[in-house]
Amino acid sequence: MRRLDHFHGGIHPDEHKLESSELPSRIAPLPPQLILSLHQHIGAGAKVQVQAGDHVLKGQLLASAQGMVSAAIHAPTSGTVTAVRPHAVPHPSQLPGLCVHIEPDGKDQWIEHAPLAYRAIPKSELLAKLREAGIVGLGGATFPTHVKYSLAPDQRIQTLVINGAECEPWITTDDRLMRERAAEIVRGIEVLRHLAAPAETLIGIEDNKPQAIAAMRAACADSDIEVVIIPTLYPSGGEKQLIKILTGKEVPSGGRPTGIGVACSNVATAFAIHRFVDYGEPLISRQMTVTGNVRTPQNIEVLIGTPLQELVRLAEPLPGVTGYILGGPMMGVDIEDLRLPVVKGSNCIIVKSAKLFPPAEPAMPCIRCTRCAAACPADLQPQELHWFSKARDFGKAQEYNLFDCIECGACAYVCPSHIPLVQYFRFAKSEIWQRERESQAAEVARERHEFRLARIEREKQEKAERLAQKEREATAAREAITLAQALAAKQAAKQAADPDFEPDNTQQMRINAAIERAKAQVAAENPKNTEVLTPQQQAEIAEIEARRAKLREAAAHPGADDEPPKHS
Amino acid sequence: MWSSPFITTPSSVSQIMLRVLIALIPGIAFYVWYFGPAILVSITLASITALATEALMLKLRNRPLKPFLSDNSALITAWLLALSIPALAPWWLVVVGTAFGIVVAKHLYGGLGNNVFNPAMVGYAVLIISFPLHMTHWITPNLLGGTELSFAGQLNYIFYGVLPGGMTLDAVTMATPLDTLKTQLHLGLQVSDIRDMPIYGRLAGKGSEMVAIGFAIGGIYLVFARVVNWLIPAVYLGTLFVVAGIFHLADPVHYVTPLFHWFAGAAMLGAFFIFTDPVGGSTTFRGRIFYAAGAALITFLIRTFGSFPDGVAFAALLMNICVPLIDIWTQPKVFGKKGGGK
Repeated sequence: MRRLDHFHGGIHPDEHKLESSELPSRIAPLPPQLILSLHQHIGAGAKVQVQAGDHVLKGQLLASAQGMVSAAIHAPTSGTVTAVRPHAVPHPSQLPGLCVHIEPDGKDQWIEHAPLAYRAIPKSELLAKLREAGIVGLGGATFPTHVKYSLAPDQRIQTLVINGAECEPWITTDDRLMRERAAEIVRGIEVLRHLAAPAETLIGIEDNKPQAIAAMRAACADSDIEVVIIPTLYPSGGEKQLIKILTGKEVPSGGRPTGIGVACSNVATAFAIHRFVDYGEPLISRQMTVTGNVRTPQNIEVLIGTPLQELVRLAEPLPGVTGYILGGPMMGVDIEDLRLPVVKGSNCIIVKSAKLFPPAEPAMPCIRCTRCAAACPADLQPQELHWFSKARDFGKAQEYNLFDCIECGACAYVCPSHIPLVQYFRFAKSEIWQRERESQAAEVARERHEFRLARIEREKQEKAERLAQKEREATAAREAITLAQALAAKQAAKQAADPDFEPDNTQQMRINAAIERAKAQVAAENPKNTEVLTPQQQAEIAEIEARRAKLREAAAHPGADDEPPKHS
Repeated sequence: MWSSPFITTPSSVSQIMLRVLIALIPGIAFYVWYFGPAILVSITLASITALATEALMLKLRNRPLKPFLSDNSALITAWLLALSIPALAPWWLVVVGTAFGIVVAKHLYGGLGNNVFNPAMVGYAVLIISFPLHMTHWITPNLLGGTELSFAGQLNYIFYGVLPGGMTLDAVTMATPLDTLKTQLHLGLQVSDIRDMPIYGRLAGKGSEMVAIGFAIGGIYLVFARVVNWLIPAVYLGTLFVVAGIFHLADPVHYVTPLFHWFAGAAMLGAFFIFTDPVGGSTTFRGRIFYAAGAALITFLIRTFGSFPDGVAFAALLMNICVPLIDIWTQPKVFGKKGGGK
């Protein structure tokens, strides 16, 4: 039996999982419209590749990944692109985002696609294909999977952690998926194992999901993947918390799991990878729990882009609906508009009623009871952070590790004063980000201004310097010419007086040289623009020259620099 | 717009405070049993004063009355103060102490959650400095026999300052066991002789030791109900035991046993009800150790070498002063900054 570690704090909220976990999951019918947000993953938004009027096939690329941290978006069914315009999307900012609107043609006609023999291609190619297939972490953070598994040459993964904890109340998608698709999940895990080459692979599942545990154990019977039962405790499914439980290692503050030799992915992500490598299907659908104040809480396989109202309709809302939560009750987002589309990170929609989710009680002052600190899985002191956030003392809040807060909500859950602590922390974080952006902009502007002032000053000085120099040189040259001419005249006079007089060659040469010098000096008064340069400018020119030389060289030997790594 | 989490525990400030009040009941019951019902009068007076001044201050500060009057925090201040001062005292004594605690120590510092000092202990400190004489007349426990004042007599004294004909205050009151111990030691007596005096029982003072046991019972309930953190009572009583034990072992002729320190005066009340007040207390694990150990040390020093009869109130106030510094020094390492875990 594996020795489990534990993290600090944690809470035991009412689970409410049985409501939705006992019905087999079903597939949602094709909705009348699909709305695909271009920004449904962490990182840069996808770049749209279609336009209104285009007919697209199921699985066809709608928007390609741009930049390293990004993922592609695909058409979830065949149909016509009716528009590419902003629409409300489930994003914390609640601002509309650019979306591709598709009207399905009902044929659900696939684009040409084929399984991927992933072991036969280089890992870098497999990663690129995951990026093109739009595979992102489906546990909630939607971090692009190809980025997570792009390891530096010296990085070794000791443990691959597969997250099947599903610690948030009400949500049962991973539970259902593990019960129904255990073998497929394991096939996806094999792809991750191929990428990460870990010494051990652990699937962490909370002990409130015995059927999922049994199913996964059966599916893993022939492999050395270990299914580990962990105690039910929110937020055990937090990446850092699960890694701590299973390996005893703490992901450093501000760091990534790969930094300590651990990679972590959700079971639903593994399932999506399986669909891609075994069937060639990009990520166009996912499982979602629809629960709360509805007649038949259940799990539904739904196309990405389906408006939430279609899902809620399937579960038949009961009277007394007071609103909706997208996500779980601990970390989800309050939404009013059910026209919002499903995005890759959507795992649950909860229909609220006053009975299930009574309105928040009015907040009382903090009495420093530290129940929040006792519950915090990041070992923070929320009562101090609350004080600093409220006082807008953001420097202090950062000093007290505000940015290590994972916003799990455990502190606010236990607070007897009903203080919306997480809201305070989100506010403080966004204020700090805003200030940093402003100060960065101000810094750039200040530097630019100072640089300009310095340049003007320098130019003024140089001009004055040049003028003075010119003046001095002109005077000197004029004097030299006068002198030389006087000498020449004297010599001519001598020659005229004495016909035998042999002109003094050396003297004549000196005179001519002096005249030349003087002329050269006069010419130097109007220098070519490459001659009077500051050291800085000279350095710049040298740099540019070096670049040019490199380019020329590159042109002469194409491919010498960026030859792809050879694979055996 | 409502932000996550959308669920909370059903606990509330008023519920926590209510449990603290409930936990005081065993001690109060013993108090009534051994010293008569006068304490109920002073608790009532203190409660009325606390609620009235709380309401007045909330009104002046433009705060809503209902949530704050029902949070039960003013009642805790009232009950703790009433239990800390003699029950047989003019009515205005407890009224002045409570009013000062609520008005100055609580509301002038910003109300619930913002007071630096424990309001009840501030009230106590004001009274012992301003009216030291009234603070020395403690009811003699009925276990000692002798003259006993009826409830009517107690009421008469509290409200009108009149005792039944021929009865003197000294006949029905006495100095506290801690005070007596200190006086007798000054007079050159040995601990063993003093402890043989009739006012002392098995652990400390007759009657009052039982009240302390009552507070300990309520306190243990608070710890198990997770209303208060176990660390502060444990460290406080542990440190008091060790320090008193060292002195007792070194010189048993002049220093009483650690158990005497536990069950005399306000040590038990302090351990479970005063030092555990979260508002003015330390919030970190290591900080609470410093806080409680410091409080125990000050309690012992004032009791043993100081001129006040007990040291609990001043220990609380002095440690309240240190809390901001203690908290800054004892911030725990957060997740991911502990040096790579295991």
